[in-house]
Order: sequence, then structure tokens, then C-alpha cells
Amino acid sequence: MSAISSSAAGSGERGLVRRLFSRPTSAAGLAVLAIILIAAVLAPWITPYAPGKLSIAHRLQAPGIAHLFGTDDFGRDVLSRMIFAGRLSLTVGFSVVVLSSLIGVLLGLLAGYFRKLDRPLSRLIDAMMAFPDILLAIALVAALGASAANVVIALGIVYAPRLARVVRASTLVIRELPYVEAAKALGVPTPVILVRHVLRNVASPLLVQGTFIFANAILAEAGLSFLGVGVSPDVPTWGTMISLGRQYLDQAPWIMFFPGGAIVLTVLSLQLVGDGMRDLLDPRLAKDI
Amino acid sequence: MSLAAAESTQACAPLLRVEGLTQRFNLGGGRVVHAIEDVSFDVPRGAIVGLVGESGSGKTTTGRSLIRLVEPTSGTAMFDGVDLFSLSPREMRQYRRRLQIIFQDPYSSLNPRLTVAAIINEALDARGFDKARAARKQRIGELLEMVGLRAEHAQRYPHEFSGGQRQRIGFARALAVEPDFIVADEPVSALDVSVQAQVLNLIRDLQQRLGLTMLFISHDLAVVEYLCDEVIVMYLGRIMEKGPSQALYSNPRHPYTRALLATAPVPDPTRKRERVLLKGDIPSPINPPSGCVFRTRCPHAIEACAATLPPLEAVGAGQQVACIRHHELA
Ligand SMILES: Nc1ncnc2c1ncn2[C@@H]1O[C@H](COP(=O)(O)OP(=O)(O)O)[C@@H](O)[C@H]1O
Ligand SMILES: [Mg+2]
Repeated sequence: MSAISSSAAGSGERGLVRRLFSRPTSAAGLAVLAIILIAAVLAPWITPYAPGKLSIAHRLQAPGIAHLFGTDDFGRDVLSRMIFAGRLSLTVGFSVVVLSSLIGVLLGLLAGYFRKLDRPLSRLIDAMMAFPDILLAIALVAALGASAANVVIALGIVYAPRLARVVRASTLVIRELPYVEAAKALGVPTPVILVRHVLRNVASPLLVQGTFIFANAILAEAGLSFLGVGVSPDVPTWGTMISLGRQYLDQAPWIMFFPGGAIVLTVLSLQLVGDGMRDLLDPRLAKDI
Repeated sequence: MSLAAAESTQACAPLLRVEGLTQRFNLGGGRVVHAIEDVSFDVPRGAIVGLVGESGSGKTTTGRSLIRLVEPTSGTAMFDGVDLFSLSPREMRQYRRRLQIIFQDPYSSLNPRLTVAAIINEALDARGFDKARAARKQRIGELLEMVGLRAEHAQRYPHEFSGGQRQRIGFARALAVEPDFIVADEPVSALDVSVQAQVLNLIRDLQQRLGLTMLFISHDLAVVEYLCDEVIVMYLGRIMEKGPSQALYSNPRHPYTRALLATAPVPDPTRKRERVLLKGDIPSPINPPSGCVFRTRCPHAIEACAATLPPLEAVGAGQQVACIRHHELA
């Protein structure tokens, strides 16, 4: 989260993280996210078992002392797999945010700032948004081939238009503001105006959208894996774990329950943080723009 | 002819001579906003020229088109011997730093994400100022002190300042490029009255110290009287009257100027003025009235006013008025 606070370092947002911590809901969200993130990073050192260790003798064991979250149909430790799965799920989520931001910011800035580009680019954005997210993602992964990288590319493309819309809308307003005119009057080159004056002031709504896209991407990755069009089922992600556990829902519900819970917790925390940021940033935005 | 005479004509040549400036905005569907029509005036070197008129009369558009923040529809603007309107965008870039603008709204004229130092630095970059940190820091401190702020303010963000202080920062940014000409678009209108006086004093002080040439836009005649050497009165995109401040204030000739002066608070009670209050609103610039654009609100309008566009006629030392009845009404 420190990357987020420093990228938004600006007048009212210095200490955004501190202010988020002063609100019980967003503080809880940040704390849960921090725990999940630390667990994922430290996975090799803190997991009780190797994530791929098979043990047919211990298959489908209910949660207990030896296996806190039970074992799956190959006798693999669900807790260990779940912690490792977090690495890929979080990486996919984060990469999708980065990729969709890159595409969305570029499209949105160009459409919002240059009147001539607005119409064609807005058409493109609208056309992309006309497809249901998951269908477009399935089609893209099907075309690119199923792999973690291609899931990121597909979801990055799927979510880019939403960010493009947010950026375009803000750019349309900022482009007319006197501080942009002042920069023009100084002869500041257009690319510099776009980054220094426009993009920096779009950062807050972008940040808020980013957290929601992070949450959506984790869900969508799970959905794609569940449908069998995402990451290879051998690789542990929360999505593939749920997908495999589905067959044992009656006998061994814990196989699905715990990774499902990890998704719910992560997504909820991200939403809480996103809501908190929106509340903290919005009054300021209304005042500035 | 003596050298001195040649020099004096050089000195008398205005820094900026605007001729026939017209700005129309095409709204589509055949609807055209006549924001400014055929506006001509001079801005002498070292003078402050006031541009007054009600809201919607085209003052801001005049200022913006002069520094080409909007592209003028037609006209010329001879600036130091060069027509600004004929420059290519690239050539215009060279002239940018010689022309600066101060905006009305102190809140949206400074990027909220940048420190004061970063804001002024951008202007110093445009000026091609020495990149060395120490030189920059010192210059920023000087500029802030020049506008009545302190060097330590450089590290703060705009929201930490009051409206009046923000306008001072706007002046520091403009002065950083050492411009020859400044358009000040209602720089005090958004400020509290008590703060207005301080900022006006600053402007006057700066003008005297640095010999600035300025187009000072305002809807407040009292403010303009305090500050300006010459005044241009605009209404619905056209010049109604212009002339030296003293002449125009003591002897306004156009019914519109008189109405504006009558509605303005009079600082000098010995000065008698007929009280003509303006009725109604300014007409739409999409369909301006035929003939004299002011006739629909003019207490002295006659049929002939609708027939012809009144030309600007000289009525005294440097004073010009666009009213076909100015002789009768004098
Ligand atoms: N970009 C624009 N497009 C269309 N109309 C404009 C534009 N800019 C200004 N106008 C119109 O031109 C007229 C003059 O506006 P302005 O120059 O802002 O007047 P003032 O500064 O004297 O209040 C107004 O009717 C305004 O609506
Ligand atoms: Mg204006």
C-alpha cells in the first residue's frame, strides 16, 4: 500500500494510509490485506507442508491437528496450498490492475484531451464495454491460450475501458481548468501537460477504481479457472483449488471452503479500502475540479 | 529629424496594437456565438489598460485570444512589430513567455498536486532559467518575496493558502518568465473586499517597480479607475467607448458607460451622475441586436440606432465613443 500512498502524494493525500487506518472499516481491510500479502510472500517458510506433496493415505482428511484446513483428494495440505495459491492470485490481480491502468490511462487521456480523437476512441471504449466482462475474457483467453500470463492480458484488456472512461471524464474537466491554460500560456509541451497536470489530478479516481479492479480480477481469475479456461489446474490458485474441490463438495467441503473464504476476505478487504479511499478523496475532488 | 524625435516615436509605439479582433464560436447547427466583433485598441508600453463590461461582454475571450489560448477568427495583434495571430504554433511557442495571464479563479488556477516551488519552477523552465538548484531556490524565494509572500512558502501546496495568497502565487508564476505583457483577467473579483485592496496595491506596486504592461480586465469600474491609465468599455463583444481614465470617468459619453458608472459605488460624492439603471439582461451573443448592440437596453435608443452600426468617433483627447447620438446627449 505504500506504493499507492507515495504515487498519490499530493496536497490532501499525504497520509492517506494513515487516514485510512483511522477509519475502522478501511483499517480492518488494510490489516487483512497486509496479513494475506505477508503470508503469500513468506509462503515457503510458514507453510506446514510443501504445496504439491501428495499423500494418498491422507486424502480427504477433515480439518484437524495435523492438517488445520484438511487435505484434498490427493492428500495435499489445503492450508499450505491456499497460502501458495495466494501468490499467483494476488500477482494476477495486481498485474491486471497495472496492465488495465496502462491501457486505460492512455486511451482515456488521448480521448479526453484531444477533441479529434475523442469520437473514435470513445466508440472503441463503448464497443468493448458492450460485451459482458466474463464472456470477453473467455473469448480472449481462448484466442491467446490458457496460461497465467494470458489471463492477465485478457483481464487487462477487459477492465481497461472502465478506467479509460474514468480518465476521460476527468480529463475533459481538467483540460479546461486555468492551471492547464497557465501551462499552455507558458509553452509547456503537451506531453508534459498531460502527465504533470492532467494525469496527476486523475490519480485519485484511478486509485479507487484500481482497488475495485484488483478485487474483480481475483474473482474473474477464479471464475476462469473454475470454468477450466484459465490457469492450468495443476498450478494452485484460489480459483483452481475451488474448481478441483467442486467434485468433493459433499464429502470434503473444506477443499472449496477455505480458498473460497480467502477470495471473499481479499475482495471484501479491497472493497473496504476502496470505499474508504473514495470517501476520503471525493470531497477534495469536488472542491478541486 | 533629430535622433531624439525618432526615439520618442519609438517609445510612443504601442507594445500591442489590436485591430479588428473577432472571435466567433461555432456551436453547430448554424448557431454561432459572436463573442467579440471587430475590436481594436492599443496597449502602450508600461501602461495598464482596463477592459470593463458586464459579465458576458467578451472580456475574457479578448484576453484569451490575445495570447492564443483560443484561435481568433480574424484580426491582427501587432506585438513588438510581429503579428501574433500570423505565427505558426511553433513560432508562437517562442512568444509564449513574453505574454502571460493571471486568472480570475484563485482555486483552479494552481495545480493542487504541485508545490509552489514546482509551480514556479515550471515557469522558470519556460524562461530557460539556470537549472542549478541553488540558483532556482534563490530565484523562487525572490519571486515569492516580490509578490509579498515568504521564501519558506515554496514547499507548501496551494490549498494551504488563502485566495489572496493564491493570486500572489499566480503573479509570481507569471513574473517568473519576465513577460513583456500580462493579461490580468479579473484577478481580484473572487476575493474578499479587504483582500482586494491588498492585491490591487501589489499590482500597482509591481507595475511601477517593473514597468509592466498590462491588460487589466474587470467588471468593477472603481477598481479600474484606481489602477488604469486607459479604459476600454465593452458590451456584447463590441467596444462602446474608450479613452484615458480621467477623461472617461469625468466625462463618460456613451449611455452604457454612464449606466455602468451610475450603478458602481461612487467613491467621490461631489461627482454628480444621472442615475440610469440598466434594465434587463445582456442579450444572447448568438443573435446580437442589429445596429447598435446596446440599443435594446439603452434609455436613449431611437429607430435609427437599429439601422446602422455606430462607428467609434473621436470626442476629445484620445476618447472615442460608438454612439450615433453622442452629440445630442453630451
Ligand atoms: N469556448 C466558447 N464556446 C462558446 N461560447 C463561448 C466560448 N467562450 C466564451 N463564449 C461566449 O462568449 C461570450 C463572452 O464570454 P466572455 O469572454 O467569457 O465574457 P466576459 O469575460 O466578459 O464575462 C459569452 O456569451 C460566452 O458564453
Ligand atoms: Mg470573464
